[in-house]
Amino acid sequence: MSVDVRDPSAVPLEPMVNPGRVGGLLDVFRRRYLLKLLVRKELRVRYQGSVVGFAWSYVKPAVRFLMYYFIIELILGERSLENRPLHIFAGMIMVTFITNALSAGTKSVVKNKSLVRKISLPREMFPVASIMVSVYHLVPMYVIIFLGCLLTGWHPDLGALLAGVMALAVVLTWGLAVALLLSALNVFFRDMGNIIDVVQTVITWTVPMIYPFSIIADRFRDTHQVVYELYLSSPLCIAVLLNDRAFWVPSLEQRQVGLREELPEYLYQRGVVMIVLGLVFVWIAQAVFARLESRFAEKL
Amino acid sequence: MAEAIIVEGVTKSFKLANHKTIKKLAVNAAKRRPLSRSFTALKDISFKLDEGESIGLMGLNGSGKSTLLKLISGVMSPDEGQVLTRGRIAGLIEVGAGFHPELSGRENIYLNGAILGMSQQEIDAKLDSIIDFSEMGEFLGSEVRTYSSGMFMRLAFAVAVHTECDIFLMDEMLAVGDQPFKRKCLKRISELKKEGRTMVFVSHSPKQVLRLCNRGLVLEHGAMVYEGTAEGAVRKLGYDVAEDDEDSNDGGG
Repeated sequence: MSVDVRDPSAVPLEPMVNPGRVGGLLDVFRRRYLLKLLVRKELRVRYQGSVVGFAWSYVKPAVRFLMYYFIIELILGERSLENRPLHIFAGMIMVTFITNALSAGTKSVVKNKSLVRKISLPREMFPVASIMVSVYHLVPMYVIIFLGCLLTGWHPDLGALLAGVMALAVVLTWGLAVALLLSALNVFFRDMGNIIDVVQTVITWTVPMIYPFSIIADRFRDTHQVVYELYLSSPLCIAVLLNDRAFWVPSLEQRQVGLREELPEYLYQRGVVMIVLGLVFVWIAQAVFARLESRFAEKL
Repeated sequence: MAEAIIVEGVTKSFKLANHKTIKKLAVNAAKRRPLSRSFTALKDISFKLDEGESIGLMGLNGSGKSTLLKLISGVMSPDEGQVLTRGRIAGLIEVGAGFHPELSGRENIYLNGAILGMSQQEIDAKLDSIIDFSEMGEFLGSEVRTYSSGMFMRLAFAVAVHTECDIFLMDEMLAVGDQPFKRKCLKRISELKKEGRTMVFVSHSPKQVLRLCNRGLVLEHGAMVYEGTAEGAVRKLGYDVAEDDEDSNDGGG
């Protein structure tokens, strides 16, 4: 055991601080080693004791994907869509990420209550870690869609690359903001988990994943402008459309038609707006989190 | 010498809601019953601690010692007044929080070390010393859920006492473990003290307070009734040091 005797006069004087700290997300970044271990723990522990293990993360979306595909294509399939599997999958990547982030993020603080109650550490750690776990699960989905694209004759352009990156940026910022906000609220109102279940049902059907965007455009663009804009005001909807632009549209035979009919006007501008709003929302969510956080320990 | 901890006019109360659901809330509101009760855990506490000093927080159960320690550690924040600290805080409070039963002993050393604020290099450097202290040896590779409660505590203590820190907090920690391990912990704590750590020690045991602390503070129902030397605090409490048998009275409560 080492005994390093300290000379008090040699230790530079740090400023005195409030031990409850106020560093927020910056503190999470400062302690990224802990973040890394928390993410690793989450990945290790999630499927502990299950036979199929990590594969569960893919069995569930795979089944959902097949259900969507067969019901739409074989049962309701009066209007066939070119490369429909790619269209569904491009949307599903975004939707699955957000639903994972919502449910895991919301529970994150309450689930770690023993730590929150006992040890002083940046509590933003927990929602951030849950988002990173969701990001980790994204990787194989991107691999699958790349393979699918290559098989169907994908001709990516610079626009596709840009759209793909923007789609990711939209769901990352909004996912983080929502996770921060709901994880804090969930400490005080445990209803959040049920609200999330409701929201998940809603978001599955209000984005152009199972059906193409052209249906919405045909039905509402000229006649019900408000409904049309409302539909496009969802960040997840924009993320799905951007991902369509990245993966599905460049795989179409008549790309120009696809660009014109299957995507809304000003898609990139809408994407930029959503990213900026997402960042603002992260900032607000972080402020709310910081306010509520001081009462976490006594509430849990 | 510079201050390490400043506690200034700190008051902390807890609200106990009389309702758990919206229905109950509505019923209570309609009947004009109070919606919550408030319980004051600490009233207007002020003291300062210089670097390298050690203070014993004493008082009966429920007097607010642990709440005060939580305010200093930063887990809770005061309603009024302020707590300021200088340097990294660690200690033997809630040892083992953050241990995950499904991870191995070694993985838990890293996870818990990181939770307590250590960097990877720091843990790497201290790993051998931690393993040594915990006396775990071959069990380090097995999952923590297979450990006995004694093994669990030894490992948790080993990590906690190796945390690099400027302020060291302890909450009646010597209530666990067998005699030799207890003695080892006390020895390590004396070492930390010699190294110049500022220490805050919550204890019922006058013997330990006299041995480890140069200052004492006595709380009674959340109010500070004595602040001065460790001897004075023990006298104020009226505990008889001779009665304090290390086997039966260590911490607890």
